[in-house]
Amino acid sequence: MKLAKFMTSVAVAAGLFAGPAAAEDMRIALVVKALGIGFFEAAAEGANEAAEELGGVEIIYTGPTDTTAEGQIEVINSLIAQNVDAIAVSSNDTDALVPTLKKAMQRGITVVSWDSGVAEDGRQAHLNPSSNALIGNMIIKLAADHLPDGGEVAVLSATTTSTNQNIWIDEMNKVMGDYPGIEVVSTVYGDDLADKSYREATGLMQSHPELDAIIAPTSVGIVAAAQAVADAGKIGQVNVTGLGLPSEMAGAIESGASKSFAIWNPIDLGYSATMLAHQLATEAATAEPGAEISIGRMGTITLDETNSAAMADPFVYDSSNIDAFKDIF
Amino acid sequence: MSLAENTTRSIPDRLRSPLRSKVVSWETLLLGVAIGIFVFNSLASPYFLDAWNLSDATFNFTEKAMIAFAMALLIIAGEIDLSVAAIIALASTAMGVAMEMGAGTPVLVLVGLGTGLLCGAFNGALVTKLGLPSIVVTIGTMSLFRGISFIILGDGAFRGYPSDFSWFGQGYVFWVISVELVIFVILAIFFGILLHKTNFGRAVYAIGNNPTGALFSGIRVDRVKMILFLMTGLMAGLAAVCLTSRLGSTRPSIATGMELEVVTMVVLGGVNILGGSGSIPGVVIAAFVMGLVTFGLGLLNVPGIVMSIFIGLLLIGVIALPRLWAMWRKS
Repeated sequence: MKLAKFMTSVAVAAGLFAGPAAAEDMRIALVVKALGIGFFEAAAEGANEAAEELGGVEIIYTGPTDTTAEGQIEVINSLIAQNVDAIAVSSNDTDALVPTLKKAMQRGITVVSWDSGVAEDGRQAHLNPSSNALIGNMIIKLAADHLPDGGEVAVLSATTTSTNQNIWIDEMNKVMGDYPGIEVVSTVYGDDLADKSYREATGLMQSHPELDAIIAPTSVGIVAAAQAVADAGKIGQVNVTGLGLPSEMAGAIESGASKSFAIWNPIDLGYSATMLAHQLATEAATAEPGAEISIGRMGTITLDETNSAAMADPFVYDSSNIDAFKDIF
Repeated sequence: MSLAENTTRSIPDRLRSPLRSKVVSWETLLLGVAIGIFVFNSLASPYFLDAWNLSDATFNFTEKAMIAFAMALLIIAGEIDLSVAAIIALASTAMGVAMEMGAGTPVLVLVGLGTGLLCGAFNGALVTKLGLPSIVVTIGTMSLFRGISFIILGDGAFRGYPSDFSWFGQGYVFWVISVELVIFVILAIFFGILLHKTNFGRAVYAIGNNPTGALFSGIRVDRVKMILFLMTGLMAGLAAVCLTSRLGSTRPSIATGMELEVVTMVVLGGVNILGGSGSIPGVVIAAFVMGLVTFGLGLLNVPGIVMSIFIGLLLIGVIALPRLWAMWRKS
């Protein structure tokens, strides 16, 4: 597969496939932080899925070799030169891409950012994988789903000053009323260090013998907590959940230390970014605050005052789908 | 000085090789490659032959080439500076600090150039005063300069440079002729004359061929080397001004990995990595070759990694060719 891909690239380089595809095709460029990253390869898969669904759309999946802003600018310059219809970029630098992307927009190219955004002047709209409110709700829901009769849960966070985690925990606390019987007994901080997170998780189980679940909204903490639960022989009693990466969590799902966890789905993200770019490029939708834009199977997004939108709830991974995703990211 | 003048006739600009003396020079070979790539690109992509697109393509190499000119002289003299990309990061960060303190465009440019010059002086002093090998010194300062930048900025960024500052990296002098392209041409002429037409240039070759011999010929070897490090630092500072202006912002990761692209450009231009030979016209053509290859392949949406393979093969090919030619002639 890799070899075939490489050979195709070489063939393209040799000019065998020279010239653009059918002129009437709309060309949407999916520019990623760097090529060869599983997460972005999966996003490209989603983009191609969107292109097939839409019809008459050609996806140009491209990006620099390293995650540099300069490399992305070279790529974007060549896309401007080809006069593509739309550019959807996950940027390496919020600010450095702005002058180049402005130039793209001046030449009539639709520009959206996704995943990792660009400053407002440099794009028409930005698609976040999720929103703080959705994440806050998801992490408590993951724990509550396996506790129909209520129970004690504890939070293992990153550092006390981690902006993202603090916002998510705040959002979680706001919706606790929706989950009667669930009680957050403690919040501890593992500082996003594997060993400290492990010790904190072990400490939680000792000080709260009735503990039913540990919520770790950090990819370091969730892995460490799962390990701590397994080592304490409490698999089945304490469920570890939160936000993590499928590649790192596959073992914990298999052992049962974690029944499920969540993170964005890169396939959905690439699909939605393409849909959004297509909607704006065909002028089926306008990028303005409050605009409701349909993004195919993912439903509808609403742009906020900065023309940003949240795609969906974080995607839930469990024993039914972990094998398909553990090799991706 | 009279000794240096006498050497004018005795040390050739280029090492004699069978290929070069008999058939073509390195520069002609490279020029052929450049023209080949140009023709190939025009045929392969309908977007290539467009004045604005070609103008955009020059940004792929102008900043690197500015440094490559000074680096060529440094490498010919038998030294190297691997800290140039880190100097860009530090100079850009210094400009950001100055901007936060309310400096206008002229001051920003001076801060950028001045930081480059200071970094060059630091490298040069370590090499000439302490007699340390430049490759080790500049691998060290590469981490040092960028490290300072990371300490100042962390994961933050400087943005909000004055609008007239954007002239250097985004401005045009005339039609599609960008400011950076004009700077590139002026520097090419300046360094071409400096290396090929002055006593200083002769001294650079002499040092690269035989530093001890050069010393005994009355050339102030350390002084020449110091000047070369200062020039390389200054050019990195100038590249920092252009790049910062083009990006409109500063992050400590700016220009990551650029030092290797600069060295590649210099070596592709026919400069002997061991010192002693090379020419500025060669580096100019190499700059165009690298710019045209990356832009042309970019237009065909060839993944960056395949581009790197291309550049690598090109480099090995162009360097191996004269050697293979010589072996073939012998047998």
